[in-house]
Amino acid sequence: MSDSKVASMHDAVAELVRDGDTVAIEGFTHLISFAAGHEIIRQGRRDLTLARMTPDLVYDQMVAAGVARKLIFSWLGNPGVGGLGGIRRRIEAATSAPGGGDGRLPRLEVEEYSHFGMVARYTAGAANLPFMPLRSYFETDLPTANPQIREIDSPYGDGKVYAVPPLKPDVSIVHAQRADRDGNTQIWGLLGCQKEAAFAADRVVVVVEELVDEAVIRADPNRTIIPGLIVDAVVVEPYGAHPSYVQGAYDRDNRFYLEWDAITKDEAALQAWLREWVLDVDGRAAYIDKLGPDRVAALRPSGTAPSGVVDYGAYR
Amino acid sequence: MTDVPFTRNEMMIVAAARELAGQRVCFVGVGLPNIAVNLAKRTVAPDMELVYEAGVFGARPARLPLSIGDPTIVTGATSVVSMHELFSFYLQGGLIDVGFLGAAQIDRFGNINTTVIGDYDAPTTRLPGSGGACEIAINARQVFVIMRQSARSFVERIDFRTSPGNLGGAEQAERIRGEGGWLGRGPSVVVTDLGIWHFDDDGEMRLDSLHPGASLEDVRSSVHWAPKLAASLATTPPPTDEELRLIREELDPGGAYTR
Repeated sequence: MSDSKVASMHDAVAELVRDGDTVAIEGFTHLISFAAGHEIIRQGRRDLTLARMTPDLVYDQMVAAGVARKLIFSWLGNPGVGGLGGIRRRIEAATSAPGGGDGRLPRLEVEEYSHFGMVARYTAGAANLPFMPLRSYFETDLPTANPQIREIDSPYGDGKVYAVPPLKPDVSIVHAQRADRDGNTQIWGLLGCQKEAAFAADRVVVVVEELVDEAVIRADPNRTIIPGLIVDAVVVEPYGAHPSYVQGAYDRDNRFYLEWDAITKDEAALQAWLREWVLDVDGRAAYIDKLGPDRVAALRPSGTAPSGVVDYGAYR
Repeated sequence: MTDVPFTRNEMMIVAAARELAGQRVCFVGVGLPNIAVNLAKRTVAPDMELVYEAGVFGARPARLPLSIGDPTIVTGATSVVSMHELFSFYLQGGLIDVGFLGAAQIDRFGNINTTVIGDYDAPTTRLPGSGGACEIAINARQVFVIMRQSARSFVERIDFRTSPGNLGGAEQAERIRGEGGWLGRGPSVVVTDLGIWHFDDDGEMRLDSLHPGASLEDVRSSVHWAPKLAASLATTPPPTDEELRLIREELDPGGAYTR
């Protein structure tokens, strides 16, 4: 293959993320592409539908920056810390009226599921199915709040289950430990629903800590969760998941998650943060420089924990 | 017994951990359940398998995970799987004995709200939502709840039913679970900063044990209904020196959960 899939974050977002798109930046605590979220903010995308199981700080930042009109999610918060003020202020009654006639941003539209429901939606999208059944939602208010969650009879006459529709993002952005130039991507640690979100999407961007030779991928095919076949762009962006983490490379910057709690409660502080750390920063390398070597070094794991080596065997 | 002073939050976490004695497989929820389950693993339930919705079976966290997606739940675990596999095969497949949840609002039958305070379309407070709680409440064999008790949280009517408990009472809940083929039998214990509640034959919460330092007046003033009390109300044994040491030195030295 040629080098054509390897792109800068600027070019990947410019080419593959469009106004009005449904965008999924997944990663369950682990491997969240903050670098992509920030680039989308810098390029001023508008009217995005943002899908993510756990709208984390990255979606709080994107919503506060005004890129989104709608949120599809299953758990809204700063995990282990508190709330997401940027998003909450766009949802709660006490903020602005729909239409934002007072000059503030309009109410954010929300479409809400449970975690299993979101995973099932991506799975249905990836498998080209009209719905996915699950044993959840019984006797709850969720199907009333979201009529897309529907009760169905088993066609085999053994009771009722709930169905959720497929979720097919226009573009899914996946952070990973490594990929080759063709986009064959390997992840270890928490897998979230990165694979399902990628297979369900029309366009796929993988953002990696490290670009490796094809031989590295082929030496351990069980670890490949996304094939280059479905990947449109490969962006090499070390520390691109900060302040989230990359298993084996750097820890979650919990200090930042704790600090965010104060920033997100105050709209002016949030907007000032966006200016200082996103709009006035020329890409991820500059962001990491600004963060400083000491802060970055402190995030290294406290020791190593290598996997054992397995022998796949040669069969010629 | 101990002479070391302890906080109400520490008593709550210790009491919740003790309730896990003898349990085999526990699905660990975000927040307070996380520290309670990790304390149980170090005390009354060393052989218990910890399951995290992030996709981990058999976690052996070397530090307290600040979030339930912390890298320490991966290193040394038995198995790391996709979330589809975790919810489909482990939870829906019937392998979870206890789902351990937190709650913002709960009613006398153990129905839980973690979605909104106020009207759904124009909430006064937007809460995190279900996460995995809805399916955990339906598919785990039993549900344990840990939460701080107050007039805002122990309410006559929850504003939104995110996770089903004993619905309108035991009779209705048993019928609906039976007809629907649910694996879960619903909530069995609620541990708060004031005491320990179990569920009686009507499917309603009953205060069985009062924590040291808490009074019945504290309980009554923080519950929106007339609470049922056990005929012989126990006093929860205070935290041992070892339980307090584990919380303060190993699990939560920063006091994130216990302040």
